[in-house]
Amino acid sequence: MEATEKTISDQKPQEHGMEEEEKYVLGFWLFLASDLVLFASLFATYLVLRTHTDGGPTEAQLFEIPVFMLETFLLLTSSYTCGLAMHALKNGHARRLIGWIAVTVLLGLAFVGIEINEFITYSSEGATMQRSAFLSAFYALVGTHGLHVSLGIVWLISVAIQLMRKSIQPTTARKFINAGLYWHFLDVVWVMIFTVVYLMGVMG
Amino acid sequence: MVHQIVEYLRNADPLIQMSAAAIVLTLLGIIFALTYYKKWRWLWREWITTVDHKKIGIMYLICALLMLFRGGVDALLMRTQLAFPNMNFLDSQHYNEIFSTHGTIMILFVAMPLIFAMMNIVVPLQIGARDVAFPFLNAVSFWLFFFGALLFNLSFVLGGSPDAGWVSYPPLAELSHSPGPGINYYVLSLQISGIGSIATGINFIVTILKMRAPGMTLMKMPLFAWSVLASCIVIIFAFPPLTVALALLGLDRIFGTHFFTMLHGGNPMMYVNLFWIWGHPEVYIAILPVYGILSEIVSTFSKKYIFGYKSMVASLMLISVISYFVWVHHFFTMGAGPGVNSFFAVASMAVGIPTGVKVFNWLFTMFRGRIRVTLPMLWALAFIPCFVIGGATGITLASAPSDYQLHNSYFVIAHFHQTLIGGAVFGLLAGMYYWWPKMFGFKLNETLGKWAFWFFNIGFYVCFMPQYALGFMGMTRRVYTYPAETGWGSLNFISTVGAYLMGIGFLFIVVQVLYSIRYGERDTTGDPWDGRTLEWSLPSPAPHYNFAQIPTINGRDAWWEMKQQRKAGSLVSENELKPIHMPNRTPLPFLMSLAFFVSGFGLVFNQFTIATVGLIGVIVCMLWRSLEDDRGYYLSVDEIKQTEASVRGA
Ligand code: HEM
Ligand SMILES: [Cu+2]
Repeated sequence: MEATEKTISDQKPQEHGMEEEEKYVLGFWLFLASDLVLFASLFATYLVLRTHTDGGPTEAQLFEIPVFMLETFLLLTSSYTCGLAMHALKNGHARRLIGWIAVTVLLGLAFVGIEINEFITYSSEGATMQRSAFLSAFYALVGTHGLHVSLGIVWLISVAIQLMRKSIQPTTARKFINAGLYWHFLDVVWVMIFTVVYLMGVMG
Repeated sequence: MVHQIVEYLRNADPLIQMSAAAIVLTLLGIIFALTYYKKWRWLWREWITTVDHKKIGIMYLICALLMLFRGGVDALLMRTQLAFPNMNFLDSQHYNEIFSTHGTIMILFVAMPLIFAMMNIVVPLQIGARDVAFPFLNAVSFWLFFFGALLFNLSFVLGGSPDAGWVSYPPLAELSHSPGPGINYYVLSLQISGIGSIATGINFIVTILKMRAPGMTLMKMPLFAWSVLASCIVIIFAFPPLTVALALLGLDRIFGTHFFTMLHGGNPMMYVNLFWIWGHPEVYIAILPVYGILSEIVSTFSKKYIFGYKSMVASLMLISVISYFVWVHHFFTMGAGPGVNSFFAVASMAVGIPTGVKVFNWLFTMFRGRIRVTLPMLWALAFIPCFVIGGATGITLASAPSDYQLHNSYFVIAHFHQTLIGGAVFGLLAGMYYWWPKMFGFKLNETLGKWAFWFFNIGFYVCFMPQYALGFMGMTRRVYTYPAETGWGSLNFISTVGAYLMGIGFLFIVVQVLYSIRYGERDTTGDPWDGRTLEWSLPSPAPHYNFAQIPTINGRDAWWEMKQQRKAGSLVSENELKPIHMPNRTPLPFLMSLAFFVSGFGLVFNQFTIATVGLIGVIVCMLWRSLEDDRGYYLSVDEIKQTEASVRGA
């Protein structure tokens, strides 16, 4: 088949362009739907197990309001800056777009850093994942979200690199749109974690 | 790890040692043959790096048939042990391992890949597309399935098979009760292949929604494509709970957490719920495409449009929704209370309604049709009564009070084999016979096929009808032997005879394939059955770009109508050819899945360095893919003309 491989040149692209990009966007929405069910399963597990503390630390004893408020603030702000990046994309400002992606990534890193710190603090207080079913479920739910955010950071960086190399084109634009969608999705999941885990937790 | 494996092999039963030796010898044989015939390059270029949906489909088919063989041998071993009271053929541990691997393999590594094989081979051809929406992702799905299955099968010789049933319920599946690596194999191999399944689900939904030929509105789409759409919708919503259930079980076992343990507040029933939130929809993932296959075959071989097309579509969609609200019927005995049990009982019975609609529509399609009893039609005809009995016994089980009696008895075994063999397998075999000429360019021999059919069918009833009675007589599932006083001996013996008859049926299929490769009737027209849908408008096998020109569709059964128009001489002349955009072949899907495999293998033995190396490999492959600029290539008009001339024999 090597002989038949040709570079994309003057031949009119037949199946490329908008149609192609639409497929990716639909596919990505379906992935998000599937991912949402994954989180729903983890939420269900958490709700079933949250009172199973086995005499160990409870939610109210563990969670510190300033910490999770700060996490929430960082992530919500990063969603906002991601929105600004989207705006820059719409206006075709490649440099501004990359700039806002950078800000979003920094906020995301701060979020992940604080979350890791939160986990380390809990563990050093004896509240490890192995201590009780409640803690297992807590780390699984919040940790899965944290892993998603970390993956999102890697993805945003990779998109930014491609934007630097190739500027705004249908492919890079679509890649950013999907990554941005992912980022907002994680924000929505965090709002649910904030409510179900932290707020309900400190309210007892 | 190495030490653990060597120890295991040294202490293992001669049966396992012999199998290990046989596997090594076979592998060496294959390597030798590939080298001797200089086929490595061919294997790499044509298969391992391919992104062509037709080749991927064929690879799924081959793997599924190999796994069917392994699962079938498991089944015969079990039936041999149960043939007489107090048999000493297998000990209890072996029996546990064998029924666990049998169930897991049959559902995840036979039924699923058979479905994926049909989907891959047929859907793009049927909707007039040149490939699936994401050919690269499609290859990733296949290789994840492949390495998942490989990992699962390795357990047999490297460390010990899983032995907690295909459901692997905790606490039995927890480290406290199953300390070996067996359950880890189960968790990780299902996890790896499960990721591939979700990707397939997404891929085919997008393919079907976005890539139909112009004019093919959703309501003009062939029913098989509809059924695949329904099945894929179930996949993307049902697999994540399995992912979570397995991940949490794995965390319990590998990292000492307490999701499902008996200590520190764990709750095993949470696993059971998550498992069946996937598990019940899973059986519909397997059966929905079969409904589609049946509709195609019944319509083709009755020479009629399918009766009640719209109600067929509606019932497919309805089933895919209802199948999500019935999972508790697998554990009514948990005692969730009358309210909950009633809800799930009624929902389960409700599935029977749309299913009944489909059965009647098939019957009405055949009514006054010009029926040709070919091999595909034969299997389709056998499917209908068999599946109806399976459904009726399902309704019996769905009634919570009677399930309290029948749960975990041989009645359940008979029920689900009737739906899975008499339903899924019969239907998939029908599909395999139907589309075989399209895949390979020749038909399978009818006479040998009829032998296979009768052995398998009679064997099926001889094997499973007695099991209903055994269930009523109190025989519970997953027992490795029973005393003579129970009076279960004679029915068990009959059942075993039936199992061997099915085994003979399978051998006939093997012989049939081998014979037909040489002597089978060649399909030169591309339309051996006088078909109705677009795949039959193409040569067999179809060229790699499928359609030189994407057809324009005016009605259901598009190809049938084109043929009618052609006869009437009113077929509009075709447009000019244009260059075709094709995806490049790529080694990344294979390498990425291999990295997953390495990572999974490391985790099975708690070797975190190996696991991390594997994961890094996965991430590198993903980044590589994201950063590389792979835009495919164009086939020129001349090349298309040449290929068309050679495949169409013009
Ligand atoms: C009207 C349709 C159906 C109904 C009402 C139904 C109902 C049930 C019920 C209530 C059980 C649980 C029995 C128990 O464990 O006590 C069961 C088990 C099972 N059914 Fe069905 N079923 C139906 C169709 C199907 C189909 C179409 C398939 C597969 C293609 C299937 C596959 C299975 C399997 C695999 C099990 C056993 C799972 C296990 O415990 O290992 N069923 N069914
Ligand atoms: Cu079920």
